[in-house]
Amino acid sequence: MRFAAGLGLAALLALMLVSLGVGAAEISVRQARSDAWTMLVLMESRLPRTLAVALAGAALAVSGTLIQSLVRNRFVGPDTTGTSESAALGLLAVTILAPASPIWVKMVAASFAAMAGTALFIVVIRRLPRREVMLVPIAGLVLSGVLGSIVTWIAWQADLLQYVGVWMSGEFSGVTAGRYELLWVAGLAAGLAWVGADRFAILSLGDGVATGLGLSTASVMRFGLVVVAVVSALVVTTVGMVPFLGLVVPNIVARVMGDNLRASLPVVAASGAGLLLACDIIGRLLIAPYEMPVSVILGVLGALIFLVLLYRRPAHA
Amino acid sequence: MIEIHDLHYRVGAAPILSDISLSLPEGSLTALIGPNGAGKSTLLRLMARLEPLQSGRITVEGLDLATTPTDAMARTLAIMGQQNSVASRLRVRELVGFGRWPHHQGRPRAADREAVEAAIDAFGLQPFAGRFLDELSGGQVQRAFLAMTFAQDTAWMLLDEPLNNLDVAHARALMARLAQLVQDTGRSVVAVVHEVNYAAAWADHVVAMKHGRIVAQGAAEAVLTEDLLSDLYDTPVEVSRHDGRPLVLHHHSHSRIADLSRGRLPDRARLS
Repeated sequence: MRFAAGLGLAALLALMLVSLGVGAAEISVRQARSDAWTMLVLMESRLPRTLAVALAGAALAVSGTLIQSLVRNRFVGPDTTGTSESAALGLLAVTILAPASPIWVKMVAASFAAMAGTALFIVVIRRLPRREVMLVPIAGLVLSGVLGSIVTWIAWQADLLQYVGVWMSGEFSGVTAGRYELLWVAGLAAGLAWVGADRFAILSLGDGVATGLGLSTASVMRFGLVVVAVVSALVVTTVGMVPFLGLVVPNIVARVMGDNLRASLPVVAASGAGLLLACDIIGRLLIAPYEMPVSVILGVLGALIFLVLLYRRPAHA
Repeated sequence: MIEIHDLHYRVGAAPILSDISLSLPEGSLTALIGPNGAGKSTLLRLMARLEPLQSGRITVEGLDLATTPTDAMARTLAIMGQQNSVASRLRVRELVGFGRWPHHQGRPRAADREAVEAAIDAFGLQPFAGRFLDELSGGQVQRAFLAMTFAQDTAWMLLDEPLNNLDVAHARALMARLAQLVQDTGRSVVAVVHEVNYAAAWADHVVAMKHGRIVAQGAAEAVLTEDLLSDLYDTPVEVSRHDGRPLVLHHHSHSRIADLSRGRLPDRARLS
């Protein structure tokens, strides 16, 4: 176990180092101390980008685990429950109503909208017959689709389609120092979730079990909702939507080490960071010196992984 | 003691429970019996605070269900609902470990770990303790949830149809184990039991319900009589004795049912 953890951490560090070294500007990380220009590229662009990717990946994967335990269904993620689209809707509202607002106002609006959208999703699926496991992700996709269309329609009316395009497809090429720091808040929110790990693990056993063990299901639910919404909102505002990550990473980790979240959430976070870093690096290499958005890479890779997971799901999914 | 006073419960306009007043004795295995739709599970869920009280009062060991904080209640009352499917991929030991949550709130001590191992032993789960729930049979999963409820170490355990999905041998073994636990540890167990013979063989106290009302309650011997059970289930049954306990016989032969309904009881020797 300890060996596996060490290996995983080493792989994550290696990916971060590669991420520091890969890019349009040819620099050598080793010369950073002697060469001021290399240092500038590193500190202003490569390091912020690497950190942004790792933070977003970790936070999204954790929030995927949370939304899955809140709705007790493995086949959902923050990008298939209307959460990200709601965040975009909130962002759009601020952009139209108060375009001069500082970034934190946009963030708060996006967070509240994301919270409302996710709460709507939970209300909807609680009315579905419990045995129909696959209705939950379908309801999520429908809700995401409807909210996404509303965003597009409003943006089209207000001539803001370009903004929406940026929010809807996540990529990290625009990340420089000073333009990603909010993601630390997302990372912090995901870290807070670890404090409640046992509570989320108990809640995913059902309301009855949670009540029997003396948990207030409503407050655990609210806590989870806040984390999921804040993470989604921050990621959408800073880098745009990242598909599939919050869906596939929790599934892979649960398959290997189960749902004891106290033990598995750190692994989920590290795996999310690792997968997103790998995809971002691939995006930078595929058509170098140009870039492919990470959301495109994940759209293909994540969909493939998801399909494999669907075919090999355990008997009691 | 669990005391229920003047409880009424309705869903929409339909009364589900009417006029329930009840004292459940400590240190015994109590079975809630009755036909489908009698309100057994609803009553148990109300006692378990899984449904909000509409009127009336329930106290457990003097704690009022309506006003006692849920985390304090969890140290007095453990519940096991009907598990249809488990979406969570937990190992048996992790699941049973959650039973200690009301006592340690996330910081388990040595005593908690001992209690978990004791619960795993008590339900014969040691061979699967490190396995994931989704790798086990329905009966083993049921036992794992029971072990979690047991690990909670409460004076009362409420079990909603614990024999669901169990075959005869497993159901018997489980009832025997529960009866043994009640005897050894002095805890009180209340279980909704569908098959009346499990109540007959192992329960100390029986509460019979029909149409949302209590029809009878008392010692198993006193409640499980031919007249009462035939009336309760609207079908003729015969009560024999086996091993000093009541044994309920269902009739599957149509002619015998006809005889019974005409008041002519066939001779017992031929039936058994």
